[in-house]
Amino acid sequence: MTLVKNNLVIEDKWTFVGDEEDLPKTNAIVTLKRWQEDREALLARFDNLGIVLRSDENPQVIAEDVSFFQVIALDFPVYTDGRAYSYARLLRERFGYKGELRAIGNVLRDQIFLMHRCGFDAFEINQGGNKALKIWLDAQKEVTTFYQPTGDGRNTVLSLRERRRLAKSAS
Amino acid sequence: MYKYDDYDQQLVDERVEQFREQVNRRLSGELSEEEFRPLRLMNGVYLQLHAYMLRVAIPYGTISTAQMRQFAYIARTYDKGYGHFTTRQNIQFNWPKLVDIPDILKDLSKVQMHAIQTSGNCIRNTTADQYAGASFDELEDPRPWCEIIRQWSTMHPEFTYLPRKFKMAVTGSPSDRAAVAIHDIGLRIRRDDQGDLGFEVMVGGGLGRTPMIGKTICEFLPKEDLLSYLEAILRVYNQFGRRDNKYKARIKILVHEIGAETFADLVEKEWVHIRDSALQLPQSEIDAIQAHFTPPPFEVLPSLSSVFADKVATDQAFAYWVKNNVREHKQQGYAIANISLKPVGGIPGDISHTQMDALADLADQYSFGEIRSTHEQNLVLAHVKRDDLYALWQKLDAYDLATPNSGLITDLIACPGLDYCALANSRSIPLAQRISNRFGELDRQHDIGKIQIKISGCINACTHHHVGHIGILGVDKKGQEFYQITLGGRADEHAKIGKIVGAGFSTDEVVDAVETLIDTYLNLRENKEETFLDAFNRVGEQPFKEALYDAR
Ligand code: SF4
Repeated sequence: MTLVKNNLVIEDKWTFVGDEEDLPKTNAIVTLKRWQEDREALLARFDNLGIVLRSDENPQVIAEDVSFFQVIALDFPVYTDGRAYSYARLLRERFGYKGELRAIGNVLRDQIFLMHRCGFDAFEINQGGNKALKIWLDAQKEVTTFYQPTGDGRNTVLSLRERRRLAKSAS
Repeated sequence: MYKYDDYDQQLVDERVEQFREQVNRRLSGELSEEEFRPLRLMNGVYLQLHAYMLRVAIPYGTISTAQMRQFAYIARTYDKGYGHFTTRQNIQFNWPKLVDIPDILKDLSKVQMHAIQTSGNCIRNTTADQYAGASFDELEDPRPWCEIIRQWSTMHPEFTYLPRKFKMAVTGSPSDRAAVAIHDIGLRIRRDDQGDLGFEVMVGGGLGRTPMIGKTICEFLPKEDLLSYLEAILRVYNQFGRRDNKYKARIKILVHEIGAETFADLVEKEWVHIRDSALQLPQSEIDAIQAHFTPPPFEVLPSLSSVFADKVATDQAFAYWVKNNVREHKQQGYAIANISLKPVGGIPGDISHTQMDALADLADQYSFGEIRSTHEQNLVLAHVKRDDLYALWQKLDAYDLATPNSGLITDLIACPGLDYCALANSRSIPLAQRISNRFGELDRQHDIGKIQIKISGCINACTHHHVGHIGILGVDKKGQEFYQITLGGRADEHAKIGKIVGAGFSTDEVVDAVETLIDTYLNLRENKEETFLDAFNRVGEQPFKEALYDAR
């Protein structure tokens, strides 16, 4: 398993903690259940806290809490379960989440790019380091034209057309 | 019609190369068939019973003659010389080799076509009224809106892995030829009290195992809000649509389970947040897209064409074709010509490469270089001068494209069924051919009048058999093909799901059963003007049921 972020393979400092497992000293990624049950204790204990949401756990329930987390991990149990694409956009574009948004689970070469467009910036890829990085880099190169405005800051076709129309009417 | 700009072209070109690379990975063994499956499906490549099948998108059913000639070339070069028009206005090639498909896509991209999102659980090709821009009752041409939807939905990063496939249709006329009520989203262009044009939005229509008519969740949507509203619907669906059961995953089930009002509320709540976002369509963009669909340079013509009137009076075969296949046009002196792909005893929707080339020539000569495909698996030349109809008809006839059966009993709709489709329970094409032969005689067809028979080879209902006046569904009964009949469905502005009339019929019995239904209708209709559907609605299913089952 390799974690790719910002065009780099990075070391994963975080620990995913199951509901019954002991908590590490720092950098814990807890489940929604644990967060809801132990919220105050977790906040008292950790400076660095993350949360993982299953694909049937809607981030609406943590909409007010996002600033407490440095990592939010969203799970793709199978690549065909596309709920987390919407979750990612809601977290970024509506709830104002600025920390690491990590894709975990069935994260594959041909979906990674869509994930990035929806706001994911970290990817757990089930491959060795070099292979994982290549998958990420290759996936970035394939498409350069985007019709949909998302929160990713890429120029859309419409904005490019508008720019052209303005330039044309100015000249 | 719409012409790509460099951005549109670039996206399609990139996509072709992306797929070429994916096919190479498959051919080299790096990808298993299992891993390759979702990738090929995103590009319209299915694995059928005998071979791969490629489904090419025809956005809103409008085809240029250059595109039609390219289809002919592809059919000739990579296939067995045929193409097959589908019930979603697309075209399928049934015999391409996988290694050739990247080249086929490349050839298509040269004429601004692609196979993106013609399969998979994503937003599919948006369909439209085949008479768009020609029909006299039209408020506005729906195709610019379909094009706007096409662009927005193409490789939408959020909506590529929906619970299930997602289909939309748009009509600009009160009389609905696009069957919008049986789509996941149906849009009907209408006017509000101020006289402004906007959309009535229906959701949750669809057929399959649980047939449903769409519910209106927005009576009037301002045009500039179209994409934000669609995005709101899709976002609600993507989050809350069922993913535990493939057969309950379409949006119609969600709408049904939570109720249309609750669903509309959810959409409204989502929409509030994104209505004023970059999704709002600037008038400049609407204008720019609409400019691609301005009416062709019609000539000013008298309402009466003496050439035409003379030929109708003297050539009976031509007169029949006119009566059945020619429709009124909004422009004086012009007409809409329906090109039947249903020769008696033929395969519905099939067309040869020579016919495609011939049609392209005729469209250049007589219809401003444009052809339409219909969800009834036929083609249309939308803008033909009445003066030219006779010459057109003669040339169509030379290519076996002048079958005068538009809207009649042999204009039946059938899916590929067990001859091609891996999901089929039963054969559809041979049954269509047998029914067509049984009723082939034109006088008899005229006597029977307007009627629509739709045949699906399984419950996926690709031909929309639930909304056929007579619907025929192939089922599997202990390894035998059986056919279940529904009556009284319709897909127009009064859309209705037909009712199953009783136990199914074997392959041997089913054509007789259809004939029994037709004879029953002929005996009980009040007069020749009363169509099968009207008569059915008047008397109900009982007489038909008795005729079918009492003798058994
Ligand atoms: S209705 Fe069934 S058999 Fe016919 S094409 Fe669709 S999936 Fe195949």
